[in-house]
Amino acid sequence: MSHTEPQQYCTFYLDRYYFGIEVETVQEIIRYQEITPVALAPSVVKGLINLRGQIVTAVDLRALLELPERADGEVPMNIVVRTPLGAFSLLADRIGDVLELADDSFEPPPDNLSGMAGELIQRAYKLDNALLLTMAISKVVSADVLNRHLEAA
Amino acid sequence: MVDNLQEFLRESQEGLDQLAQEIVNLEQNPRDDHTLGSVLRIVHSIKGASGLLGFANLERITHSAENVLGKLRGGVLDLDEAVASVLLEVADAIRDQLELIALHGTDRGDHDALIRHLDDMSNENSDLYPVSQEPAPMEPESVNSPAAGTYADDAAAVGTGDEGDQGDQGDEGDEGDEDDEAPVIMELDEEMKEVLKDFLQESCENLDRVDSELIELEEQPDNRELLSSIFRSMHTIKGTCGFFGFDKLEKLTHVGENLLVKLRDGEFSMTEDIATGLLAMVDAVRAMLLEISEHGHDGRKRYTRLIDALSELKDHGEMKNVELPDPDTASPPDQPCPAAPATDMATEEVSAIAVKASAGSARGPDVDPALAEKIEVPLNPADPQPVAVTSAVSSMPAQDNSDPAADKSTTSVTEASIRVDVPVLDSLMNLVGELVLARNQIVEYVGAHENTQVVAAAQRLNLITSELQEGVMQTRMQPIHSVWAKLPRVVRDLSRACGKQIRVEMEGKSTELDKSLIEAMKDPITHLVRNSVDHGIESPEQRLAAGKPAEGVLLLRAFHEGGQVHIEISDDGAGIRADRIKEKAIANGVLSIEQASKMSSQEICKMIFLPGLSTAEAVTNISGRGVGMDVVKTNIEKISGAIDVDTELGRGTVFKIRVPLTLAIVPALIVSAGHQRFAIPQVNLIELIRIDEDDQANAIEYIHGCPVHRLRGQLLPLVYLHEELKLGMPQPGALNIVVLQADKCRFGLVVDQINDTQEIVVKPLAEALKSIPVFAGATIMGDGRVALILDTLGIGQRARVMSEHPERAVSLQVAGAAEKVGLSETLLLVSTRSNGRLAIPLNQVARLEQFELTRTEMAGDTQVVQYRGQILPLVELSDFLRERRAGYDVEQSVPELIQVVVFGEEGRQVGLVVKEIIDVVDEVLEIRGKASRAGVLGTAAIHGQVTELFDVSAFLTSVADLIVELGEAA
Repeated sequence: MSHTEPQQYCTFYLDRYYFGIEVETVQEIIRYQEITPVALAPSVVKGLINLRGQIVTAVDLRALLELPERADGEVPMNIVVRTPLGAFSLLADRIGDVLELADDSFEPPPDNLSGMAGELIQRAYKLDNALLLTMAISKVVSADVLNRHLEAA
Repeated sequence: MVDNLQEFLRESQEGLDQLAQEIVNLEQNPRDDHTLGSVLRIVHSIKGASGLLGFANLERITHSAENVLGKLRGGVLDLDEAVASVLLEVADAIRDQLELIALHGTDRGDHDALIRHLDDMSNENSDLYPVSQEPAPMEPESVNSPAAGTYADDAAAVGTGDEGDQGDQGDEGDEGDEDDEAPVIMELDEEMKEVLKDFLQESCENLDRVDSELIELEEQPDNRELLSSIFRSMHTIKGTCGFFGFDKLEKLTHVGENLLVKLRDGEFSMTEDIATGLLAMVDAVRAMLLEISEHGHDGRKRYTRLIDALSELKDHGEMKNVELPDPDTASPPDQPCPAAPATDMATEEVSAIAVKASAGSARGPDVDPALAEKIEVPLNPADPQPVAVTSAVSSMPAQDNSDPAADKSTTSVTEASIRVDVPVLDSLMNLVGELVLARNQIVEYVGAHENTQVVAAAQRLNLITSELQEGVMQTRMQPIHSVWAKLPRVVRDLSRACGKQIRVEMEGKSTELDKSLIEAMKDPITHLVRNSVDHGIESPEQRLAAGKPAEGVLLLRAFHEGGQVHIEISDDGAGIRADRIKEKAIANGVLSIEQASKMSSQEICKMIFLPGLSTAEAVTNISGRGVGMDVVKTNIEKISGAIDVDTELGRGTVFKIRVPLTLAIVPALIVSAGHQRFAIPQVNLIELIRIDEDDQANAIEYIHGCPVHRLRGQLLPLVYLHEELKLGMPQPGALNIVVLQADKCRFGLVVDQINDTQEIVVKPLAEALKSIPVFAGATIMGDGRVALILDTLGIGQRARVMSEHPERAVSLQVAGAAEKVGLSETLLLVSTRSNGRLAIPLNQVARLEQFELTRTEMAGDTQVVQYRGQILPLVELSDFLRERRAGYDVEQSVPELIQVVVFGEEGRQVGLVVKEIIDVVDEVLEIRGKASRAGVLGTAAIHGQVTELFDVSAFLTSVADLIVELGEAA
């Protein structure tokens, strides 16, 4: 496998997993904002946020990855990402460091990863103390993926 | 002519300011071909226009200057300090002349020295310059004026020849033959792009205008103003394209111009053939301009046939002219022609004028002696040989059409407008939208504030923002005329093709709406107009047979009302045959026979907007309407507009379009449900109803489980927003119903609370959310939170409350009723037996009385009461309104006392029995809803409650017989 260019990842925690997305796509990270729910929307869409006059769609990553719901009182963080489809806010439990991963120490996710996780998780980086799972952001926010949860609404 | 003159002055002034600057630039950088080109262009435009308007002095100056500039361009002359100062002198001279024209309407003034200087300058090198013969300095007008007439080819060679030569090279460069081109030319091409862009833009605008002007001219062939305006537009295009080297285009416009000269000189008047020829030319020019904008050259098509046709038209006129020039149309005195066609024609001209002059003197002594002078002026350039004429000219400065309006100071019109790119305005509009939102937030935040200074500042911000918003919106506003301008042409072509006679009338041309909306309206309006011409208006024979004038009228109307733009396209044609549509709809399975039988013909006619019917060939052929109507409707709805049709068999059809003023910022009603707020665009809002908790059992009925409310006798399906959006249970308490209408669907939306109205900025939703039909977008509220904008149509469709009977009561006669009463009125509020609220203007009420029921008697079948020594007939309000006696049982709950509103004068009075007299209020009446039943003018919100306005005059008319009868009996 060829040596890849060092890539920086913005990392965050969801449930007991450690995730990363490419840092270039991240516009900013903000604290929890009041979210206006959108009725009839897919369940993974938590609602809309006013980000300095810009309306941003908030996507709950836990729901998207079919993880258990956040416990009551736990306030998620917003990772605002810029995509060709517009700005989205990804709701994560906690924010980690920005890591630069240049080595070849990743593997594709195992085939037996089921459901959405299997579709969205691209690579698993073998860090010293954890596995960092990276996702392709354009896929996460695609209408196709989001609307798959529509019937659950 | 006034408009032309003003426009000329304004443009020239603008050009002049630029001119001085460019000359200075040029002096510093003499090799700059771009700047030189720009100077040449400015001078040339002024020359052309002044020639046309008959300012001979100005024309001479500019002409001579142009020659010098031509030399500079050809590299024959070098631009040094001396030349530059002469050129600046020219600029000053032009400015002098323009001021004179603005003040006195003439361009008197001695600039002979300057002209001579210029001519010397250009002639010095003329032998070096390979251009066909330069004009002699003393007769520049005759050769190089815009109206060069039958000098045709010579004039083209001389007037634009030098430029044309240059341009030819440029043209080749455009086509990619760089190898044999000098680098200077290439550079020029690069830099000329900007100028070229302006030229294309300007020309397109000009062509649109010419189009409509030609049509007008056809109708009023004697309108000099129109002719001049057309002439000027074409000449500008010709001049500039010659300058750019688009020789094919030039050739075409030149031929067209020659034809126009004939018209202008009155050698023959506008005929249908000529109009067709000229319109064809306009089309060809437009095609060439398109070619230029796309490929940089004027195409390979030579339009030889068109040119031949135009020449033939022109020649035809010449032949006629030799035979008999009509003294009445030849060179009318108010329109001096700076150049007569040909020298050999000059004699003809002279004789024509002689006829005219003698005719003038024969008419009597009161003939203005200036007439003779004025006639001689056009003669001046025609042929300088007759001594008498030349001397007259030299002794007497050119008289021009000194219009009284031109005398007033015109300096104010200069620099009155600038061109701005649309994207700049778009981004400005976005910013203003953001500002409006920020303003809303601040105003809301400050509302709870104690500090008066902060409050005052916020109020100021509020006001300024509103004004700014209005101002920015105004910059984007364009008159509807920009869409309408090409319609007369469409109608003309189409009506001739169909063999019909149609006149287009326009009302409210200057009604303005947002540019983006104008763009979006183009196709639908054109389509509707086509339809009216094609199917609506009958052939002359049919019209005559039906007792109508042979000429059909297509009326375009536009006006502002209620924050919306209304556009109406009406024809006086045959109308839509509802029976045919009905048949077709039943055949197509769109309607069941049973349904169809219940529908009014108006409702059936509205079905032409349904896609299923629009494509049906049979319907279009027979009934006349329908092709692509669903597309029209969709397009209009895309811009949040609505379309409606009213038709009367044999009388005509009216298409009514309503569109918002702008799309970016819309007024909306804010409601809440389930602790969320939603915005409802006011376009869809009909009225608001509040039902108290106690009355709910009566007010809401169920049809097979579907809730409905009886609104003035009609069933209004109710939709609970909670249910549709799955928001949990509604709040207990009074029921708030928002009556909405979108498309054919009218329903009451039940919400928890109705908050207020607000200007909102529509923001789109993410792609993933667009599939939810009930939301049209989102917006940010004053407190910074996001609120969703409800899509009325989407909700209606989701709730499946597509009403079969939309706007049943809206008929033509009601539409005519006064919809807005701006002044504050004192109103008497009464209630009807079915608990409706009704407002009666107090100034029409004579007295309020209260009678014991036992005092009333019966006279015939009329209830009466003895009152002040006369018999007062009583009319039950509910009876008059033909109201169902809901919840009112005659036997049980007849009140002891009846409340009576007395109308009319002493001795001729009538009493209106109402259930209760509620209040007397002072209100500015703004009627929102259309009247829903007879006896009511409309609905309005008074003190937050929906109230109907009682139609007093209708009431008095209906009881007039009663009064007379009983009055006599008494």
